[in-house]
Amino acid sequence: MERQMQTNSPLSTAGPPFEPRIIAFLCNWCTYTGADLAGTSRMQYPPNIRVIRLMCSGSLDPVYVLKALLEGADGVLIGGCHPGDCHYMSGNYKARRRVAILREILAQLGVDEDRVWLRWISASEGRLFADTVQEMVDALQAKGPNPFKGQWAI
Amino acid sequence: MEATHEIRNDAESTLRELFATLLEQNICHALMLPVQLSAGGGVAPALVRDRDRLADARPLAPVLPVSEATTAARLTRGDRQGVLGLLMHPCQLRAFVELVKLQQADRENVLLIGIDCPGTYELTDYVKLAREMSEPGEDLLPELRQGQPQPHTGYGFRAACQVCEWPFPAQADLRVRIVGVGSKAELVLQGRSELLEALGFTPAADSAGLSEAEETLLRERRTRRDEVFAAFSAGVHDMAGLLEYFATCIRCLNCMGACPLCYCKECIFRTDTFQHRPADYERWLERKGAVRLPVDTLLFHLTRLNHMVTSCVGCGLCDSACPSDLPVARVFRAVGQRVQGLFDYVPGRDIAEPIPIATFREDELE
Repeated sequence: MERQMQTNSPLSTAGPPFEPRIIAFLCNWCTYTGADLAGTSRMQYPPNIRVIRLMCSGSLDPVYVLKALLEGADGVLIGGCHPGDCHYMSGNYKARRRVAILREILAQLGVDEDRVWLRWISASEGRLFADTVQEMVDALQAKGPNPFKGQWAI
Repeated sequence: MEATHEIRNDAESTLRELFATLLEQNICHALMLPVQLSAGGGVAPALVRDRDRLADARPLAPVLPVSEATTAARLTRGDRQGVLGLLMHPCQLRAFVELVKLQQADRENVLLIGIDCPGTYELTDYVKLAREMSEPGEDLLPELRQGQPQPHTGYGFRAACQVCEWPFPAQADLRVRIVGVGSKAELVLQGRSELLEALGFTPAADSAGLSEAEETLLRERRTRRDEVFAAFSAGVHDMAGLLEYFATCIRCLNCMGACPLCYCKECIFRTDTFQHRPADYERWLERKGAVRLPVDTLLFHLTRLNHMVTSCVGCGLCDSACPSDLPVARVFRAVGQRVQGLFDYVPGRDIAEPIPIATFREDELE
């Protein structure tokens, strides 16, 4: 069953719910290819996502995730190969540690770490990619917009 | 192994003679240690080979003007001759060990020397004190022996020192123990037997475990630490608290420059990535209506946390360097302890222990 962008959330009382803006850092070999598969298979999923392709999830410096959040992105999705399947052997293991550290730092500072998602999505998992985006949009809609949006004094 | 060292006259001159022996016996080719500057009353680290220059050494000076670890790292990188003796505060010894892991320093042909630390004053406070009395470090010894170091009346140790749980230089090849050494006329030296013998002592087995005084000191520091961490979490638990904490930051990057662990020659914040152009500001204005200058204040601190907090030793040099008196050390130490706890990691504890961001396990963090 194809799922579409929700335009009338039962939770909203004043007009349509806000549309979360998600920045996605996807690894070339797995998740980006999986996203491509979702596209070529004409799977429908919310358009709230803006994709940035990296060669490996392990090459993602936390500064990029932080920049996205501080500029007001409602969510950041990091997609990589499943543990054990990294094209560069161990990049995703390092990404896993880095994301754990990043999330802990955010949590300690009162910034919602659940806006940063790390998901292992392989090149053949187009359906999983589409579902993940839908899941993330739903979750972020429930959370509400990132309080850093429009924050000029950072 | 350990050996009792009798104090002749006072502890500081006794230590000066001990260090002179290191040079005379050729155990060390040169020594880095704090030295009284001839003018101004300040104390600074100096590299000394000439035994006579040791007369100005102040090994007990309760002050940390600069990152000793950074200087020590530079002294060990590259071809050199002989063994380099490095006297550093315990936090700097731990930072040095971290720098070795980061391949910024060399542990070979180095003799690390440490002294139990009561805490340090800000440099400006130390200079004032040093004008009033000749040996501020010596004054602190009696209470340090009890495990309850007290600052001079009217002065306070630096905030980072007050919550330091590692005042004993466990990483040192030669450790000068004071805490728990009951007799006013003694110090205890700890090190390998060969070293103690070369210095003219008869080594005996180490006393087991921590003394009561050491336990007392650690307990007090941990209690204070918990208070500070709790106050921090209470103040910074949402965006408003976070913004307020860094409201006075002027983005001078001094904290980064002072930090022993921030070794990157080209920090991203000093590159073109952050040389924004008018078009960038225009975009921000369009979206936000206004923009604080200089930009990227919060991003800087959050990024620095992500890059180095796993190795933060809590030395507080960032605090001392901040022109706005922003309590930077508190956030790095508080957040650092939690992040390090994710991997049961203590920076500088064990040179064989890899840094959390430099390693991984296949089964973890599922």
